[in-house]
Amino acid sequence: MSRWRPSDLGFAVRSGLADMGYAARFLARLVALFGPTMRRFSLVREQIHFLGNYSLAIIGVSGLFVGFVLALQGYNILQRYGSAEAVGLMVALSLLRELGPVVTALLFAGRAGTSLTAEIGLMKAGEQLSAMEMMAVDPIQRIIAPRFWGGAIVVPLLTAVFNAVGILGGWVVSVLMIGVDPGAFWSQMQGGVDVWADLGNGVLKSGVFGVTVTFVALLQGYVAKPTADGVARATTRTVVMASLMVLGLDFLLTAMMFSF
Amino acid sequence: MERSRKDVWVGLFVLIGLGALVFLALQSANLLSLSFQPTYRLTANFDNIGGLKPKAAVRSAGVLVGRVAHIGFDDERFQARVELELDTRYHFPKDSSLKILTSGLLGEQYIGIEAGADDKNLASGDNVTQTQSAVVLENLISQFLYNSAAGNASGGGKGAPGAEK
Repeated sequence: MSRWRPSDLGFAVRSGLADMGYAARFLARLVALFGPTMRRFSLVREQIHFLGNYSLAIIGVSGLFVGFVLALQGYNILQRYGSAEAVGLMVALSLLRELGPVVTALLFAGRAGTSLTAEIGLMKAGEQLSAMEMMAVDPIQRIIAPRFWGGAIVVPLLTAVFNAVGILGGWVVSVLMIGVDPGAFWSQMQGGVDVWADLGNGVLKSGVFGVTVTFVALLQGYVAKPTADGVARATTRTVVMASLMVLGLDFLLTAMMFSF
Repeated sequence: MERSRKDVWVGLFVLIGLGALVFLALQSANLLSLSFQPTYRLTANFDNIGGLKPKAAVRSAGVLVGRVAHIGFDDERFQARVELELDTRYHFPKDSSLKILTSGLLGEQYIGIEAGADDKNLASGDNVTQTQSAVVLENLISQFLYNSAAGNASGGGKGAPGAEK
């Protein structure tokens, strides 16, 4: 063990700032590549297929069960106050505002983010990215950008599916199983949910989460050490960082959107 | 760009996602019935609006005829100034009166219109003068306590000499 020196702190701060700067430039690069990426849409289509279609099952099933549980719990509490009809409103608001975007982003990080990190990390370990550079093909434009924009497109759509399936799940439990009046279920929901304040902000949130999770996954893969151990660590870091960032951003966004 | 077999599945996925969004907008947020009807604006001053909020319903005979567009404060008359957007399909006489009512015992508050008997109808930009404030529960309770306290005091005044006998 060597003695602690002030230069250690200096180095830590400097490398932390350098990493943040690198991440910011990486993000700016990806955003700037929006036009060229969309012009080669076949690459993005491939990613939408991989990230979206294959995530549909886990998102749909999770949404269904979250809707079931919300309706059961909500009914249990609301019927004490004699307002069991409000269960539809409760399910819809909690899904649209919070649970839909957050749970979808967390599931997406686990289901698709990890595979993105591992794929990019292995491409780097196998020197495929270096080979592309040798052939004057920009790996960021050819490999990273289509995945980034594919993820950013897919997550809001998956969130919408999650919410819709969750509300249907709530309807199944409260109307079909418990016997809440279906008219009151829907009309309470329609009276309390606002298109822009609730649905619009939820879609905005899911867009931010989609960009965040995909970006973290791609960056971790791109800067991973090109070894088996490095790729394993990068994959773990993707899940941890993406989940924490989603939850932290969710708090910030909620504070900005619903505080006034 | 060449077509591939995955186009179908990607298209299907995007369709499902957009369909879910449309379902949410129509079924849970009721987008259609919200704001596509043409409306006209009225203003009204209330002494106290209680818990009335923007977007609250305006009902006549229990039927939804419009919504509260904006709530402000009139610092010349020290009253609440409420702007209403009414559906152009419905017209009300000039001497109609507005009341702030509560749906159910503890439900949300809305504005009720009681039609008057004037020949002329309210037009866009008119001000409704006959208004009735929201019932504030605290005032009601303090009134009740005051009345019962006054009742007890007068009752006690009569009872006390009786007790002395």
